[in-house]
Amino acid sequence: MRNMRYLEHVATLILDKEACIGCSLCTVVCPHQVFQIRDGKAVIVDLDSCMECGACVNNCPVYALKVTPGVG
Amino acid sequence: MLQKYSSSDGLQHIKSEGVAILSSMQGVSQVNFNSDICLSNSLSQDCSSPNNLKKNSSFTKYEKPGYFISHFVERFIDTEVGQIPVVSSKLTFKDRLQTLGARSGITRNNYKVVPGLYAIGMPDENSEVLVTSNFKLTFDILRTALQSDLKADLIVNSSIKSSDSNKNSNKFEKINAWILVLDTLGVNVWCAAGKGTFSTKELVNRVKLCCLEKVVKHRRLILPQLSATGIRAKDVKKECGFSVIYGPIRALDIPSFIVNGRKIVDPDMRQITFNFRERLILTPIELTVGFKAFVFTAAALMFISLINSGLFSLQNGIKAELINTLDRGFISILFLLVGSLSGAVITPALLPFLPFKEFAAKGIIVGAIFSFLALFISPASSLSISAMLALSLFGTAVSSWFAMNFTGATPFTSPSGVEKEMRRFIPIQAGAAFLSLVLWIYSAF
Repeated sequence: MRNMRYLEHVATLILDKEACIGCSLCTVVCPHQVFQIRDGKAVIVDLDSCMECGACVNNCPVYALKVTPGVG
Repeated sequence: MLQKYSSSDGLQHIKSEGVAILSSMQGVSQVNFNSDICLSNSLSQDCSSPNNLKKNSSFTKYEKPGYFISHFVERFIDTEVGQIPVVSSKLTFKDRLQTLGARSGITRNNYKVVPGLYAIGMPDENSEVLVTSNFKLTFDILRTALQSDLKADLIVNSSIKSSDSNKNSNKFEKINAWILVLDTLGVNVWCAAGKGTFSTKELVNRVKLCCLEKVVKHRRLILPQLSATGIRAKDVKKECGFSVIYGPIRALDIPSFIVNGRKIVDPDMRQITFNFRERLILTPIELTVGFKAFVFTAAALMFISLINSGLFSLQNGIKAELINTLDRGFISILFLLVGSLSGAVITPALLPFLPFKEFAAKGIIVGAIFSFLALFISPASSLSISAMLALSLFGTAVSSWFAMNFTGATPFTSPSGVEKEMRRFIPIQAGAAFLSLVLWIYSAF
């Protein structure tokens, strides 16, 4: 998958660092390993590989994630 | 128990196998085989006990008037909530034929299994519950994957390693599990999750409807990772008491996941792939979906080819001019075909090797190359420069359009990105098609 990447700077994923409790569920559900847990908090490490599937948004227990996909 | 399985029928061989497994299995006595309290799966009537059946009846006690037993069901096990069908882990010729039908798009939109609870192997009240969609292709992949060869190096659980003293590198791991099939309208897990049919609500309802709490002692469900798009794990726990564990993406990794104590041992199991085979297997459906548009466009091309100086003046006689029209029609359809195959088959196959990130741009490259090549193999020697230009422009535009369409089939394109790509490339494609049309008509005079 590393050799297949789509357009850059378009993903609308936003992480509210303050709200994050570091439960790591986003790292589990993300099919593109967009997140990593660093110092007890989630960090977006690869925003451009985000495909806006919404798995992390749906499962985040504290609603710290947001995505507003286009109509593609 | 033996008595229940010993009724004479066509499935006798399989059933006696089942008895052997049953009697050798630990903890089976904990499952109540006698009472049919709970409902939806239960169709058995108390008055038709095996003793009342004619000994040489060709029907099993599981067959009911008005019902068909699915061909992938090997036998049934009786539980507190009724008879649960045990599915085969092997595909039959019929399954494979149906797979072809679905992959080619002929039967894809109505290829479902009945939602509800199934079993694979000989599960008991401690066995895992695997949740899946009711798309038959998905169901087939799951039931065959559960008895796949499990690489020994993926087993980190030491107790399992030591119990198997023979160090075979391809351990045959037979998983006994319950399979909870959700009603996703015959759509695969990921797409159903995205469209909201593989949802928290459907999962909670199905768990309750199947009385899952009476089938298993534990309170956990293993869900495919990709279903997370439609599920909120926290709410599932709140609404039905079962906690959601997200398993691997691929069904093939489930045995490893279960054997290793419901842990992902290889990070790749959480990473989606889109290799050559995975891309190519999607291409027939691209063509089938595009078929209607293809026929319509082909008809339009034939019509456009009527616009022809000769046909109006009939200077060479009507027969010659009609042949000319047909020739022009067929050659334009040939380029429609070249463009379609370039965009819907060749571009997806070569996806990572083509320059540019936009699929439409990749399609332009492939379409232009193959249209150019087609000019040489087609009977195009008699064509004017403008006609040749028109045809290659047309093939390229078609290819670009089909390639752009493929963004909807990949597992890595974001909707925001696709929107941006469409805004940019649809005008280009439309412009090229229009220019091609003008050139084509011009070339006829």
